[in-house]
Amino acid sequence: MTTATAAPPQNTTKVVNDFSFSIATANGSGSQTANMVLLRGLFKMGIPVSGKNMFPSNIQGLPTWFTIRVNKDGWIGRATTPDIIVCMNPESAVEDVENARKGAVLIYDDSLGLSKMRPDCIHYPVPFKKLVVDACPDLKLRKLVINMLYVGVCSALFNISEESLVAALESQLKTKPKAVLANKPAIQLGRKWALENIKKVDAFSCEPLNKTSNKIIIEGNAATALGLMFNGCTAVAWYPITPSSSLCESLEDYMRDYRVNPDGKRTFAVVQAEDEIAACGMITGAGWAGARAFTSTSGPGVSLMNEMIGLGYFAEIPFVICNVARTGPSTGLPTRTMQGDIISVIYASHGDTKHVAVFPSNPKEAFEMAGIALDLAEQLQTPVFINSDLDLGMNYWMSDRFDYPTGPIKRGKVLHKEDLEKLKGQWARYKDVDGDGIGYRTLPGTDHPNAAYFTRGTGHTEQATYSEKATDWKKNMDRLTRKFNTAKTLVPKPVIENKGSTIGLLYFGTTDSSVREAASILEQQHGVRIDLCRLRAFPFSKEVEDFLDKHAVVYVCEMNRDAQMAMVIRAELPNAATKIRSILHYDGLPLTAGVVVSEFLAQHKNEPHSTAVAQQLSQATSAVGSKGRD
Amino acid sequence: MAGTTEAAPPAESKQPQVNLIGLSKKDYGGLKSTLCIGCGHDLITARIIDACYNLGVRPENVAKLSGIGCSSKTPAYFLNRSHGFNSVHGRMPAIATGVQMANKNLKMIAVSGDGDSANIGMGHFVHVMRRNLNLLYIVENNGVYGLTKGQFSATADKGSKQKSGNVNPNEPIDLCEMAYMLGCGFVARLFAGNSKQMTSVIEAAIAYKGLAFLDIISPCVTFNNHEGSTKSFAYAKGNEEPLHDIGFVPAYDPTYMEMDHGEEREITLSDGSHITLKALSKDFDPSDRVAAGNQIMEAKHSKKILTGLIYVNPKSELLMDQMQVIDTPLSLLTEKETRPAESVLKQIMDDLA
Repeated sequence: MTTATAAPPQNTTKVVNDFSFSIATANGSGSQTANMVLLRGLFKMGIPVSGKNMFPSNIQGLPTWFTIRVNKDGWIGRATTPDIIVCMNPESAVEDVENARKGAVLIYDDSLGLSKMRPDCIHYPVPFKKLVVDACPDLKLRKLVINMLYVGVCSALFNISEESLVAALESQLKTKPKAVLANKPAIQLGRKWALENIKKVDAFSCEPLNKTSNKIIIEGNAATALGLMFNGCTAVAWYPITPSSSLCESLEDYMRDYRVNPDGKRTFAVVQAEDEIAACGMITGAGWAGARAFTSTSGPGVSLMNEMIGLGYFAEIPFVICNVARTGPSTGLPTRTMQGDIISVIYASHGDTKHVAVFPSNPKEAFEMAGIALDLAEQLQTPVFINSDLDLGMNYWMSDRFDYPTGPIKRGKVLHKEDLEKLKGQWARYKDVDGDGIGYRTLPGTDHPNAAYFTRGTGHTEQATYSEKATDWKKNMDRLTRKFNTAKTLVPKPVIENKGSTIGLLYFGTTDSSVREAASILEQQHGVRIDLCRLRAFPFSKEVEDFLDKHAVVYVCEMNRDAQMAMVIRAELPNAATKIRSILHYDGLPLTAGVVVSEFLAQHKNEPHSTAVAQQLSQATSAVGSKGRD
Repeated sequence: MAGTTEAAPPAESKQPQVNLIGLSKKDYGGLKSTLCIGCGHDLITARIIDACYNLGVRPENVAKLSGIGCSSKTPAYFLNRSHGFNSVHGRMPAIATGVQMANKNLKMIAVSGDGDSANIGMGHFVHVMRRNLNLLYIVENNGVYGLTKGQFSATADKGSKQKSGNVNPNEPIDLCEMAYMLGCGFVARLFAGNSKQMTSVIEAAIAYKGLAFLDIISPCVTFNNHEGSTKSFAYAKGNEEPLHDIGFVPAYDPTYMEMDHGEEREITLSDGSHITLKALSKDFDPSDRVAAGNQIMEAKHSKKILTGLIYVNPKSELLMDQMQVIDTPLSLLTEKETRPAESVLKQIMDDLA
């Protein structure tokens, strides 16, 4: 009988529905299906989960780690150190075990010889290589099926319902019934072996909850794609780049399924461009000619698109770019995450440009903001960015179900033939008729002799004729400022959690769960209440300005080294400049609540700014916190 | 009507006030050119106006596109009633692809230069040749950068001299050869000094349903019209070797069926239009892909400027048709045509639960 070989640490308290896994495999080994079955199995038990893949920029053979966080309170941000490590990759096993936290559970193949290491951890060696022979008669499939054995072992050890796992397997491999047949015995065998052979000495277990009944599991890129499909996106041009490629790929897949008329004709066009410059050029042409045009890319792609983005801004052409950000300048860490393109997006291009951007935090917002971005682009006649990141785009998120959009899509100020007839052909492309800085446009192909105008990136008059006159130039730039001010009233407002504190914490995007978890820990364990403001768009609306006004100190939490959003806030709202502090995280991995808590406490210890802060901190001693995992 | 056939659809000799669709020549005009006096580009602009007028092209159905450079300024000088877009240096092919995605019914007339297409925009040039857009793509080729005052472009011949005396050390890029190799269905080289040939080929290119590429040698009178230049008027006139006289007969011409073709070769395009060719130097069939390739190579070898229609593929499927895009322009669709039913979203959500 194989049992724990080292003296097990004391585990007197049972830990239910609050722990995390790290599953170490080699990429390309087929482990993703097993990981997803484990994730979905937990989800089907009604327990909140998140799944984050730490994968290499490689196709086959390099180490990859899939982390699953199980949290009864619904905190689905990244957990700092895993409680349970499943070592399926001999290459990384020694390092994985060395890096384990004290008391962690280690599950590995018994032939790896790891049992003498880390006596401070709980060891569960499993004869995976022997078991797979029984689980799978087909030699060729064993490499894949071996992964499903650890799913079965985890089922037994941590009380993950076999029924939920089998249901997860069936939904995961819905279109491949043969694969279901091959994998199911492995789950059952792994479970049976563990029940009979492992003496459980750890504290972790699962119990059914009912906290996922109205939820789905989806990657952010697929959510954005769905938002585009349901909100009239018609022209898509793109160039492959991690981590954005799956966005346009799933968009095309969805549209091939659901945007085809009975006669086989499609209500969309997708072109894979020769590079990002061309992709942006194509959506510029498409937006100009009246399509709801879209591309997705990542930081290096945005750099290449810069000249075209300036043209879009200045010639006032609607299109949407989703930047799924990755880590670093240059190639950087292409399979890791960062909020690193704030400045390069907001101020993209040359010579006085500022762009509208939205910042989704979760798949539901990614779905909704795709439609909002398409609308804003046409209403404001300008390029609009969706600023996502790898964590949202490529990881698996538990999300609320998406609501069906019921309103009409907003096409903005477009003059058609009938309008031109009423106007007796009198109109001017760049004239600010309504005082909002937005002119009226016509689309190529409009059947009226006065419909046409000439679009150019050079200086122009209200009538769209060429001009180098100083007065024409300044007048036009000032109108674009009015348009920018109009944008402030149209973009999504921030989400504010007001607890009456003098301390504010401003953040955006995928850090949402970790920041809110941190705020909860700070309140419960350290007695510090913090008001939260989650930015959802640039330019900043009145509500953001008010939040900054009302707080003595405002921490800006973001995932980059240079405090890019803080820079933008200081530049755009200079009155708030002196009260801004930064909480920064930039190691390529998603933010954890622990980083926010420790960074906040370290800075606030010496914060002379607010007596209220000191008061709150002095009360901290009386606070009794919960477990406070980070 | 230019060409060798007796057919004279909309006969220029009668100088009618209006064309087939009731428009006068003025309706096809543009702003006054600001290019240098005598620029070859203005001659091309005039022939584009002639061709559109002759064919009865509806200007509202045309989108004019360009990149940046002297040539790219010219869309402002013709077809005022068409939407125009003077975009980014070298990126016009990408813009054109997007315009076509938004509205497959538009005929696009794009003007580029040798620097725009063969230097900065080469990446886009080669890829647009692989996509069959409904696009007339003209390169006004003078082998030189005009707006930045006289630098060599990639089409400048090796050994060609700049005005300042510098000699070009690099091999030239032959855009017709590239277009042909990359699968473009209509490839012609013209000389801005040969108006007759230009009008008929431009007409055929506009009627062609697909990407028609025209490389028009258009000498720069300011920076590249001196001795030692191989893109000067004098050099081009001396080395031009027309392939054939060309006549173009639009599909609507009722007299066509009565024509006597004599020695001519005819090519029927997919819309029923005909191109007639009277061979001058050789019995050359531009719909013969291998013969067209030989023709390009021979001309290159003998350092002749081969003018005329080099290659035509009479039946080529447009990209938007290959992609099964609906007939209504995508630009006009609303949520009624584009939003899947609520049950679709419900099903997708259920599958993810």
